[in-house]
Amino acid sequence: MRGRYRILLGMAAGVGKTYRMLQEGRSAHAEGRDVVIGYLEPHDRPETAALAEGLERVPHLRAGYGGLELQEMDVDAVVRRAPELALIDELAHTNLPEARNEKRWQDIDEVLAAGIDVISTVNVQHLESLNDAIAELTDVRVRETFPDTVLEDADEVVFVDLTPEALQERLRAGKVYPHERVQTALDNFFRADRLSALRELALREVAEDVEARRQSVVLDPLSARAVAERVLALVDLEPRSQRILRRAWRSAERLGAPLDALWVRRPGRELSPEERVQLAALRRLAVVLGAHFLEEEGDDLVAAVRRVAGERGSTYVLVGTPDESRRREILRGSLVSALVRSLPGIDIRVVANRADREGRA
Amino acid sequence: MTMPWRRRPAYAGRGRVLVPFSGALDPNVLEAAIRIARADEAVLVPAYLLVVPLQYPEDAEQKEQVARAMPLLEAVEQAALRARVPVDARIEKGRSPTHALQRLWEVERFDRIVAPAVGFSPKELAWILTHAPAETVVLRPAPWLAA
Repeated sequence: MRGRYRILLGMAAGVGKTYRMLQEGRSAHAEGRDVVIGYLEPHDRPETAALAEGLERVPHLRAGYGGLELQEMDVDAVVRRAPELALIDELAHTNLPEARNEKRWQDIDEVLAAGIDVISTVNVQHLESLNDAIAELTDVRVRETFPDTVLEDADEVVFVDLTPEALQERLRAGKVYPHERVQTALDNFFRADRLSALRELALREVAEDVEARRQSVVLDPLSARAVAERVLALVDLEPRSQRILRRAWRSAERLGAPLDALWVRRPGRELSPEERVQLAALRRLAVVLGAHFLEEEGDDLVAAVRRVAGERGSTYVLVGTPDESRRREILRGSLVSALVRSLPGIDIRVVANRADREGRA
Repeated sequence: MTMPWRRRPAYAGRGRVLVPFSGALDPNVLEAAIRIARADEAVLVPAYLLVVPLQYPEDAEQKEQVARAMPLLEAVEQAALRARVPVDARIEKGRSPTHALQRLWEVERFDRIVAPAVGFSPKELAWILTHAPAETVVLRPAPWLAA
């Protein structure tokens, strides 16, 4: 059985991720669990070093690189040691070329696969999807990145928080970097505005992670199917269909549902140049909105909608206000009533022109 | 049940007035564009130009920009319809506002273009004036925007 994975996420170095990891390791150890330190970044922080005292460390691999002796986590040694819980710092770290895996998060994956629980740490700037945003915010392009799936697949992501002011205080007190590096850090990456932006990014990341977990964990597959929504917008080759499709997109976004746009073409119908322009514009809009544009041929519009709604699993159909004459409605029935009768169990929404509302300037 | 198919739309055969914008649209420009479209008995085509940054693939979803465009287009559309001017809105994407514009007028006909001076750089406005396929009006911003 795969081990449980807990990631401590922070906005920047110095917020206390490693400290928290060691605290959690110590309390697990005190509760009688078999805990080892798989890898601890040598930050030269006395408080951190003191907290690591008394916890077993798995020996590191040593390798020469550019005239220096460097250390890496020894994955095989951790797996052989087979503790219940391994503490492994800095999951975004890039290993030395001699290592089996390019990145530490890949090493951690092997440890988890061996059934060992892992607590690890990372800063938000290493998240691959945020790389561009971070570069814009901080003028620093982070090279050590890790895929977003690492966070998504973790059992728990915990945000280790500190206000920008408190972090700057820690920095000034020499608790993060040696004194000679403090001013440069404060003038660059650790500027208050940048830290605030990084903190917001990290908080948002954790909030989205919590929301995604709530949706996937709270609902069992059967319930998820029962409440799953799919929106179908009926469009025609006329300008107001742009509005119908846009409104459908907003509904789909609110429902967290995929969106289909359906145009039913009368068999043998020749399109006028204006209709061809409208069709192309609807297709382009569908691409922009991430909707699936479906084209069906049939004489019977309602039958075509019923067939497509059945095939696609639509739960919600949006249609424009019919412009049928009253006489035609009486003689042949209205489109909306026909849809309601033909699509039991599917919500129908008629998209009106808001400018027609009374009492508006 | 066989349903009736629509009649030829009232929009057919009319002139088309394009109002390209991104981010926001100056209400003065909108008002002027509506007046021009009404005088020409034309269809107003407000087009939100969505820029896909180079680091993303062109078909990458741009949900935040689309979410910004939606209420703007809705507001523009309502203003035009309240003034009894037919409207046919667009969202066009490209690597830059002018790239999106070029794509749009490569596939659609326009009889007049009303471009807001705010929202385009001087270079982009110069490009529009040079390359526009129809008579082009560049409208100065409302005084509070120009200030």
